[in-house]
Amino acid sequence: MARRRNLPLLVMALAVIAVHGLAAAAGKPQYLTQLTMAGYYSLVIVGLTLLMGYTGQISLGHAGFFAIGGYTSGLLTTYNLHSRSSDTLVSLLRATGLLVAGQDLYGGDLLVVRPGAACLIALLVTVAIAYLVGKPVLKLRGHYLAMATLGFGTIVYKVVLGSSLVGAADGISDIPAFPLFAGLAVTGKSVLRTQNYYLAWGLVLGAMALLTNLIHSRVGRALRAIHGAEDAANAMGVDTARYKLQMFVLSAALAALGGVFLTHYNGGIGPSEASIMKSVRYVAIVAVGGMANLWGALIMGVLLNFLSLRGSFGSYDDAVFGLILLAIMLFAPDGLLRVELVRRLPGLRRLWGRTP
Amino acid sequence: MSLLVVKDLCKRFGGLQAVGNVSFTVAAGSIKALIGPNGAGKTTLFNLIFGALAPDSGQVFFDGKKTDGCKPHELAAAGMARTFQHIRLFPKMSALENIAVGRHVHSRAGFLSSMLGLPWTRREQRVVREKALATMRFLGVEELAEAEATSLAYGQQRIIELGRALACEPKLLLLDEPAAGLNMRETSEMAKLIARIRDSGVTVLLVEHDMTLVMNISDEIVVLSYGEKIADDKPLAIQKHPEVIKVYLGADDA
Repeated sequence: MARRRNLPLLVMALAVIAVHGLAAAAGKPQYLTQLTMAGYYSLVIVGLTLLMGYTGQISLGHAGFFAIGGYTSGLLTTYNLHSRSSDTLVSLLRATGLLVAGQDLYGGDLLVVRPGAACLIALLVTVAIAYLVGKPVLKLRGHYLAMATLGFGTIVYKVVLGSSLVGAADGISDIPAFPLFAGLAVTGKSVLRTQNYYLAWGLVLGAMALLTNLIHSRVGRALRAIHGAEDAANAMGVDTARYKLQMFVLSAALAALGGVFLTHYNGGIGPSEASIMKSVRYVAIVAVGGMANLWGALIMGVLLNFLSLRGSFGSYDDAVFGLILLAIMLFAPDGLLRVELVRRLPGLRRLWGRTP
Repeated sequence: MSLLVVKDLCKRFGGLQAVGNVSFTVAAGSIKALIGPNGAGKTTLFNLIFGALAPDSGQVFFDGKKTDGCKPHELAAAGMARTFQHIRLFPKMSALENIAVGRHVHSRAGFLSSMLGLPWTRREQRVVREKALATMRFLGVEELAEAEATSLAYGQQRIIELGRALACEPKLLLLDEPAAGLNMRETSEMAKLIARIRDSGVTVLLVEHDMTLVMNISDEIVVLSYGEKIADDKPLAIQKHPEVIKVYLGADDA
């Protein structure tokens, strides 16, 4: 069982290396930039796949969680506390090492929150908001849940768009790099392009390892049971409200993690990251991947986000994702990348193994 | 000793008194049946006992503890399991996985330990699988383990659903019309199975329309009419009970 589960992860790791090799051989290292960004979006998508495809709970507000993560970390690492350095709270924060001093472009003194701490705070804030939103709305089902999460997404979008604190329509820019270890930092600087590519995909690989374990566990079985027949799952002892909420919070945390890293990678974030069309795009990708198909969603997510980031869809970007959603619902509601199709190929059958 | 005590339960839906002042007990190790004409309040009573509905008044005691108002998953943890009148199997899951969900209350891996794939969670998974297979063997449907549950024949689906409830190792098993939709042969097999389950030490409370099944296997029968209890006795006495004959068995003559 365990070996079968680890094989796709190994294939994925090799694919990540192979893509790097191909991009280098083709003399297109800039592709790695878009692939890095697509990797961070993939964190949203794999979390949403577990929530939607496995647990059966739709969310049209996941761009909101992505944005909350990105904006919180972006704001904390750019908001200058220098003029308030005499405040008790600020000096206390400084004493604990949570703040870092520096200089801005013009030589002015900067005092901002350390990126590591900002990332942690961003994740905690997202988890808290997801908990508070999820607790009441996950009592709803189907259309009602879709509408409630849409409402949440709209609020986040309008708040970031209207708040001058986070730059309103311009968003936040000049967000510093996020130094990690051994000289590695989350940054868009081209000298660290390859390192950042591996960092992003290392994170995705880690998330996939955790989530594939989850799918094949007691919890995964309970989540699928909730999807299939919630009342029966409850009667079998599954605390359905709690499981749905935990899954919702977990997927929101993954979205926020993607948001934080992409924001530091890009050095900025704008309100379009919180827009409803972004949420629709995530849902479309989960659907095209096959709903309850983690690997399908990941592959389609990378492919479509990569094309979108390369500008292949031109100004019809959002329209393409709308069309994809429409076409998938009409012609292939089980998604394009179905395990059944893969299994029919005799050579791949043994490699793929059985689904859970 | 009574495993289940139902005391003065009442439930109204708007102006309709679905269950009015119903009291009865279920002795440990027995089979008790709830019967009554359509609309007599059997399913409502069932849902009140299992926590799917909260009573307006009255109490339920299970295994010495007050359980009315408890949520279904709390009752499952306390040792109650149920089947549904309209089969509620989990689609896109194998028969074995469906039954494995029944082991939920006897296992404990949570989100974090599952995501990390800790060794003990994997051991636990193996035990769950073995126990689920053992349940399938007990029911004689081991060969259906890998089949998709909802694609099975109707009678087999009933057995799988029963297996899922049995996998909970309940003290009390609630069966909501276990023979609904089954043919005569399947019904008599179901009756034998329920008796076997009782003999293995599980107390059974069932709602059923099939009189042959009810009279053959029940130790005691409660008769409901318009939400009220009109009789509570052994099968032979129920068959001779004048009011039961009037409202129920004699319905054809009315």
